[in-house]
Amino acid sequence: MTKERIKIALAGNPNSGKSTLFNALTGLRQKVGNYPGITVEKKTGICNLDEDIKAEIIDLPGTYSLYPKSIDERVAQQVICNKDNQAYPDITVVVADATNLRRSVFLITQIIDLKMNVVLALNMIDLSISKGVIIDVKKLSDQLKIPVIAINARKQEGIKNLKKAILKATSENTFEDFFSVKMLFKNPIEDTNKLRGANNDYASFLALCMQEMSGERKNREELHAISKKHRFNPSRAQAQETIKRYKKIDVVVDNCITVVKVKGNRSITKWLDDILIHPIFGYVFFLSVLFLIFQAMFSWSAYPMDLIDSWFTNLSIWVANTLPAGVLNDLIVKGILAGLGGIIIFVPQIAFLFAFIAFLEDTGYMARVGFITDKLLRGFGLNGRSIIPLLSGAACAVPAIMTARTISSWKERMITIMVTPLMSCSARLPVYTLIIAMIIPTEQSWGPFNLQGLVMMAFYLLGFLAALGTAFIMKFILKAKERSFYIMEMPSYKIPDWRGVIYTIVEKVKVFLFDAGKVIIAISIVLWALSSYAPGNKFKEIENKWADIENAEVHIAAEKLESSYAGIIGKSIEPAIKPLGFDWKIGIALITSFAAREVFVGTMSTIYSVGDNSTQSIRERLESVKNPDTGKAFFTTAVGISLMLFYAFAMQCMSTLAIVRRETNSWKWPVIQFLYMGVLAYISSFIAYQLLS
Amino acid sequence: MQKLSEIAIGKEYIIQEIMDTELAQKLLEMGCTPGEKIVVERKAPFNDPIAIIVSGFMLSIRQDDAKQIIVKEAIS
Repeated sequence: MTKERIKIALAGNPNSGKSTLFNALTGLRQKVGNYPGITVEKKTGICNLDEDIKAEIIDLPGTYSLYPKSIDERVAQQVICNKDNQAYPDITVVVADATNLRRSVFLITQIIDLKMNVVLALNMIDLSISKGVIIDVKKLSDQLKIPVIAINARKQEGIKNLKKAILKATSENTFEDFFSVKMLFKNPIEDTNKLRGANNDYASFLALCMQEMSGERKNREELHAISKKHRFNPSRAQAQETIKRYKKIDVVVDNCITVVKVKGNRSITKWLDDILIHPIFGYVFFLSVLFLIFQAMFSWSAYPMDLIDSWFTNLSIWVANTLPAGVLNDLIVKGILAGLGGIIIFVPQIAFLFAFIAFLEDTGYMARVGFITDKLLRGFGLNGRSIIPLLSGAACAVPAIMTARTISSWKERMITIMVTPLMSCSARLPVYTLIIAMIIPTEQSWGPFNLQGLVMMAFYLLGFLAALGTAFIMKFILKAKERSFYIMEMPSYKIPDWRGVIYTIVEKVKVFLFDAGKVIIAISIVLWALSSYAPGNKFKEIENKWADIENAEVHIAAEKLESSYAGIIGKSIEPAIKPLGFDWKIGIALITSFAAREVFVGTMSTIYSVGDNSTQSIRERLESVKNPDTGKAFFTTAVGISLMLFYAFAMQCMSTLAIVRRETNSWKWPVIQFLYMGVLAYISSFIAYQLLS
Repeated sequence: MQKLSEIAIGKEYIIQEIMDTELAQKLLEMGCTPGEKIVVERKAPFNDPIAIIVSGFMLSIRQDDAKQIIVKEAIS
């Protein structure tokens, strides 16, 4: 028997447990991609409905209705409303939160009226009962005329029944309207039906309401004409329809529920909110959480990072010795493996950070953080929802910028995207660590604090303040396309679902590895080529020059790098970076840092490897470098601070630029970002160097 | 008739009208329809945004938007 495959879309309100059900249905057989042309993440997975039938499940972004407001929600609407969409589902499973039945039913009835095959998965019934609301599932199914299955996504209960219902859904559907929108707007709908050549009243109504949206572009003028002819005002019609639809839903919901008095209702959430939203303790708690997160990122992830580092070192040595020497060996070891190692080493930090964020989001706490920070962030042109991208930026700007999608205001989303790369990401950490170790003695302290630690903290704070300051300036430059809102549900506190947290970590790490990884590998290879080849016979000459001298490998490597294409570029930019205190060697490091900032450390160690003692650590090597003009140590405090400032502000990350290009759908924004950050970096390094030297 | 931005914490009111169309679209679809009970549950530090309970769930909304929502006292 041939295996059948059907398409299922998973829809539902935010916080309805939709993702939990998606994980329960598909396990780890998930794929995260993008919808063609737009920036929204497309999550699909495979699920076996029975022995013969497989289903491809699309997890749509959470939405309250089919009227889209943020780009995230537009996707849900486009998939469900457009029969020509290649993702158009055979069956839509709507996940409903039983504790918010009325609101969930709104989306369900909209989908019913589009004449789709719908199965309702009623989640969290146990919670609803504990709140004193008992739902008659059978009655609800009769009234909505669709199959309703009680499930507990978290405990994976009712999944079998749900699969059975999905298999039967196509044969049992009567396609009766729940709410006839034609009663309200008969003429415009009939005209639109004719125009679209389909007898689907609700689809026509939605097309009329959203005539300005891209999805209905082809019929836009005709839709305008119909609206004009019948004096159809889209936004007023939408409001009218929503109110009428809710009136009908109220009758149905009242019929299907029994309310009983329960003592101590909502008390835990109320009690926690008293503390967590408190004007003083609320912020104290949030700062403690931040402290804990950074602690985890820096201390706890050190062990796995060291492990990865040593694996890659061993692997590189093994490959270098096993493969025959030559270009291929060189490319794999110095290009590909070096690039890969540079990416994978950050996985622990990213995993830790997103573990915390996913955990906090799942408990319901992140909505509270938005609540207590919205007012403050609004002053800087940001939004309470910006806090997650900014926080994630401390690990890596690439996944961080993607989390800005939930911000519905275009202006606030843009500002968030533009300033997030100023947050000190984990790739800056090795650069800071190296320079701080060089310019500040370990034993020096300031009161009870270690000075090195303080300087490190100051640079993290500096990144955050620069992000705020830039946001503040952009607030006056960018023109808002629409009014900004901060309407966000504050869900009851929940014990987080460990499985969900793990899925989120896996997903974010994948995004980082594949989205950022591709770019980093590509650039690593380009940089390898630039530093491995030189014009003419330069390399041969160098080899001949040192041919008779023993143990000259380091000298050869350093001289080769100097005469390579990378060295030529470094020297050609030297005049520009001299006022910042940098020489051409740092120039090469600045260029190679475009793959990823931490490449700085490796490049510096190669460039400055001139010296008799090759067992010296990179720090010792750099400390012994002399300034040819003064004869004193080259890495003075002035150079160090200037270099750190440059790394704090400059946009030296191709992966971030690539992601900004994708998220904003234009080259304009990444170019602006690159320029403003470059100028900021140059000016602050210049001032710092001139003042300190 | 009062604005949502002016009412005291903890007292029950009824939604009458949402003046701003864009705001209305967002709130209506979430079930904040005229006739629904609404309670200001708490306020964020600096009194903005505010958390309201409507139709059984808690929602945060900015003061500027709360000004657009007309409510009347519920008769208990």
